[in-house]
Amino acid sequence: MADIRGVETLMSVTYDIAARDFVRAGEAANKLKRLLQQLGLDPAVIRRAAIAAYEAEMNVVIHSYGGQMKVDITPETIEILCQDSGPGIPDIEQALQEGYSTASEEIREMGFGAGMGLPNIQRSADQFQIESTVGQGTTLHVTILHEAGE
Amino acid sequence: MSACTRELLNHSSIRIRDIIDAIEAELLTQPSHMDRLVLSVCGADLMSDVLAFTKAKTLLLTGLTSVQVVRTAGVVDLAGIVFVRGKRPSQDVIQLAEAEDLPLLVTAYPLYEACGKLYCLGLKGCSELESGGRTGEWLTSGA
Repeated sequence: MADIRGVETLMSVTYDIAARDFVRAGEAANKLKRLLQQLGLDPAVIRRAAIAAYEAEMNVVIHSYGGQMKVDITPETIEILCQDSGPGIPDIEQALQEGYSTASEEIREMGFGAGMGLPNIQRSADQFQIESTVGQGTTLHVTILHEAGE
Repeated sequence: MSACTRELLNHSSIRIRDIIDAIEAELLTQPSHMDRLVLSVCGADLMSDVLAFTKAKTLLLTGLTSVQVVRTAGVVDLAGIVFVRGKRPSQDVIQLAEAEDLPLLVTAYPLYEACGKLYCLGLKGCSELESGGRTGEWLTSGA
């Protein structure tokens, strides 16, 4: 199937992400990683996609009221679109700074909430877009190029 | 007091069984995990740091026993997890690790001492591995 830009999508998967479900948190990213491995993609590309997906998934679990992660695999890219409904991010620039976090002590005890989630996603991505509306939610779009490797 | 005998073992052939000997660890998962290769070691309690800085076949030493440690290990293909200071994960965590085919170990040593003993074995830290790439950018960008 081809999208509106005429880009062929080889495969498309969508994962539901439940808010505050810390037992299942990370399942979507692990499923995505296995799928990309089955497709025989470059290990460095798989690693970057899995890290970005995992941090995005954790953000939805920790901060939102729930959301979805849609992943499109095209001949050139892996597109990760992560949308949640939730409180949104009032100051995105601040949220992108390493070490800035609004996570609770409970989250920190699990090893998250150190303010490295969004910077890690940015580091893994070839293209990175984030849009947020306070009181509505946040949308994250990550593009990873197959040919970029590490 | 014994001196550090770094580089005693060839670092490319260290297995989980060598780790068990060095830090008197107990394997919590299936016995076949004894033969798994370990290429580097990382000590961390922040999962975002594990995601950012580890390489493939890195052994993680941590004080956290939550299910998220196993999920994180799956995302970045860790060689295994060592829980330090005698902390034992719940049965749920062990079951998930078995399902993910991920070795879990527990040692009585605290994080610093366990890391020191493995460093003396000749095991490299993640920043010492030759392969740089995107996940190693932090070394050259800030330091």
